[in-house]
Amino acid sequence: MSILRRARERWRAFGNKARLDAELEAEIAAHIDLATDENLRSGMTPAEARRLALLSFGGMNMAKDQQREARGLMKLDILMQDLRYTIRSLGRDPGFTVVAVLILALGIGANVAVFSVVNTLLLRPLPFPNSEQLVWIAPPPTKCGQSCATYSTDAYDEFRMYSRTFQDVTGYFAFSGPGNLSLNRGGAPIPATSIDVIANFFQVLGVQPAMGRTFRPEDALDGAAPVVLLTNAWWKTQFNADPNIVGKAFGMNGRQTTVIGVLPKSFDFGAVFSPGAKVDAITPLDLYGPPRQWGNIITMIGRMKPGVSIGQAQQDATATVPHMCWRNTIPQSCGSYAQKNGEGGVVPVPLKDYVSGKLRRSLVVLWSAVGTILLIACVNLSNLLLARAASRSKEFAMRSALGAGRLRIVSQLLTESLVLSLCGATCGLGLAWIVISWLAHQGAIALPLLSTLQLDGAALSWTLIIAVFAATLFGVFPGLRMAGTNLIDSLKDSGQGSGQSRKHDRVRSILVVSEVALACVLLVGAGLLLRSFMRVLDVDLGFQPERAAAINVAYDDSAPDGKASALKRAAIFQEVIARVSAIPGVEAAGTTDYLPLGQNRSWGMPWPKGIKPPDKSPDSPLVYVVSPGYLRAMGTRIEGRDFTWDDGPNGENVVMIDRSLAQYFAKLANWPNGNAIGQMLGTGSNGSRIVGIVDDVHEESTEAEGGWQIYYPMTQASPAGAELTIRTRMPPATLAGSILAALRELNPKQPAAEFKPIQMLVSHANSSRQFFMLLVAAFAGLGVLLAAIGIYGIISYSVTQRTQEIGVRMALGATLGQVQRDVIWKTLKLALIGIVLGTVASLFAAKAIAALLFGTAPTDPAAFAGMVVLLGAVALAAGWIPARRASRINPMVALRNN
Amino acid sequence: MSPEKLDLLQGTLDVMVLNTLAAMGPMHGYGIARRIEQVSGHEVLLNQGTIYASLVRVEQRGWIASSWGTSENNRKAKFYAITESGRRQLLKETAYWDRLADVMDKVMAMSGGAQEGDPA
Repeated sequence: MSILRRARERWRAFGNKARLDAELEAEIAAHIDLATDENLRSGMTPAEARRLALLSFGGMNMAKDQQREARGLMKLDILMQDLRYTIRSLGRDPGFTVVAVLILALGIGANVAVFSVVNTLLLRPLPFPNSEQLVWIAPPPTKCGQSCATYSTDAYDEFRMYSRTFQDVTGYFAFSGPGNLSLNRGGAPIPATSIDVIANFFQVLGVQPAMGRTFRPEDALDGAAPVVLLTNAWWKTQFNADPNIVGKAFGMNGRQTTVIGVLPKSFDFGAVFSPGAKVDAITPLDLYGPPRQWGNIITMIGRMKPGVSIGQAQQDATATVPHMCWRNTIPQSCGSYAQKNGEGGVVPVPLKDYVSGKLRRSLVVLWSAVGTILLIACVNLSNLLLARAASRSKEFAMRSALGAGRLRIVSQLLTESLVLSLCGATCGLGLAWIVISWLAHQGAIALPLLSTLQLDGAALSWTLIIAVFAATLFGVFPGLRMAGTNLIDSLKDSGQGSGQSRKHDRVRSILVVSEVALACVLLVGAGLLLRSFMRVLDVDLGFQPERAAAINVAYDDSAPDGKASALKRAAIFQEVIARVSAIPGVEAAGTTDYLPLGQNRSWGMPWPKGIKPPDKSPDSPLVYVVSPGYLRAMGTRIEGRDFTWDDGPNGENVVMIDRSLAQYFAKLANWPNGNAIGQMLGTGSNGSRIVGIVDDVHEESTEAEGGWQIYYPMTQASPAGAELTIRTRMPPATLAGSILAALRELNPKQPAAEFKPIQMLVSHANSSRQFFMLLVAAFAGLGVLLAAIGIYGIISYSVTQRTQEIGVRMALGATLGQVQRDVIWKTLKLALIGIVLGTVASLFAAKAIAALLFGTAPTDPAAFAGMVVLLGAVALAAGWIPARRASRINPMVALRNN
Repeated sequence: MSPEKLDLLQGTLDVMVLNTLAAMGPMHGYGIARRIEQVSGHEVLLNQGTIYASLVRVEQRGWIASSWGTSENNRKAKFYAITESGRRQLLKETAYWDRLADVMDKVMAMSGGAQEGDPA
């Protein structure tokens, strides 16, 4: 144990340096005195006695150093010394220190922020216990929207019963729209959003309530007393975080509903399952009540048994498919999930992959971009340190003349780099914190898990890692260079025009060239992403989002039978639309049950009359139940005619279909002139006449070609709701008040629903592309700025170094223009080499991100040309300032100065 | 023996310090250094100052303890005394040195024989 004891003593000695040193001094003084005394006794003169005592003691300082080394922690002592020295020397040069720390703060801050995003979205497991067991169970992507991505309640039941690799399977109702819950607490009803989930939802996910309880099977039975779980956020904002809320009942959708619990803050339904959506409450789904008749409505989530691999789960799912019926009462529908587009129709994938798998590529690109920024920052710092080194070479030559070893000097320089880097990291952490807190509150960005973003332990560790990495990267090179300088040369070198400076110059040029090349890659990447984004904005969506808006309308069309209900609905909305259209500024108005780029559903293919469906039938069209005037309000062109209020329940059934579907039908049924208008779809009394052909609408995504669409009149088919859509002559928001007032006048129960500009829906759909594009563009801007600083630094430095030479040349008759041209040419040469190298690197980088581009080739000439022009201009500007300075050199002054 | 003084092996000084203190009772640094010089017959190359690194090393291990006191000719000095664990350590070290000396003797005797028979 003496070793441990010694280690402890050494630490203690390290802390008690002053006292122990004083004690050692006293002890040595006593030693000399004792020795002198003895020598005196043997008859020496006092002077001789003392001389001999000192002689036999040996090197006084060496003895003290040996004792200190044995006693304390010499390495740490040296480090402390280096640290003190570093802080002093950085303090002497505040300009350099501020610039260096700022550059590092930007580089490291950007890295930490992006790391946090990547960590949250990609690296960290989902916020559920044993989340690796959770799987998302769905068919492969189809064009028939959510109806093809979901299962019927019967199918869910069978799957749950027959599958063997799952602990349990749950799901939620995929068609809950925003504003589907209206809370009545006296006064105007408050719109909110609730999601219906299967009763075992929280048990399967492993979510414990913050208060109260989660659902039990009996909560979801037919005729059960209505209950609700509140999300933590809604409980705080709407119910003032009432600690006694559990057990209280509130009027929700016209029924007294009891709050049975509050969910924990860590559970955010939207963040995981529908990015960008805000969910306020969770309600139980009555599996065996009316939803049984609604077809495919359930999104399935399973928890695999421990030790089960995803491959086993997939095999199990395939084996279970034959048991699954769309509806148990229709035997033909059994096994209908087996095939979807030639692939298995029930495929479990890890939930994490479903949530953020699509983003992996974008995130990797983002990470690379931000890594490049760090590299550029390091190159810049290296450059700055080299410039500083040139002016400090005498200092280091002096130190090594005084006995400092090469290693000691390198470690001193590395300490400096480390101090700079850690200062930069601290500031960078602050920057990252600002960025992250801002991002976490960007509900409008459709990225999953964004609201769970925070600066956590992992981010802090990452900060430390990259700070040390960066310090090594930018510190080692100048350090070695400095330690290797020839002592005599440095002491003699006056700095100007000598070989040493030339060598420095060349190294710094290489650094600047690499910096320009890296900036080049970033610029090309950003340029390509920007071009893609603009292409996406240019896509003809099939509707005009500008000056259109929608608001969810509450109505009551309950009636004994479908026909009566349709008549009632027609009466209500004829009046609503007439009233709203009369508001000044409203150009057109109409309702639809689903808006584009949001939820959707399909009802199966209505084949042309008398046509046998082909064996391999395409995905059925998405269904929209609309009122007359809706398509005009959306700005979608109609060929043929729109629905009218005369297309009632007693009249002939009519539909409108989109152009692509019309072309498909015309070809399939061989309609004369390929014209679909006037043709019949379906059979017998269910037959519907096509009265209009409308533009293809991007219903699911602004980028991908979506599925077909079919429109039914709300006076003949039953809509899932009513989104009143208006087209206005002025910015739609200005009309929000008067429209809501008109709706209230007609129906006092109308909640203050959100007034959604259609442009907002489009922006939301583009938000994740925009997010990545903006970030990469910001990094590219940062990269160019750093490169510009680098170019400016080296040119400016070389002008200073060559003041005398320029003076001589001007004295010998060089003109202002010649001197300027010379400096600018030097700048451009550096930039050009960088751009050429960067272009080559960019071609590779562009290939790597090709999958992220939209309508833009990786070799897009505009992006490359833009990069060359921008970097060239920046280089010119960076070189111009020193060039001007060079041309103002007064030859007399320059020559006299040396 | 060569006329030059012996260079001390790493750690040997520590053992000498322990042994001196065990034999002589509490002493100050100068006294220990003098004693080692005398006992070794001035064979050991010792700058007296080196003793202090050894003393602090041994003290930190808890084998000796120190306190300030007054020398016989009335000078304030730091006195060192061996501790119980120091005595135990000394026993171990003594056994080790005995064994090492034994082995060295044997090995040296062998190599001496080889040299004699070396044809070169």
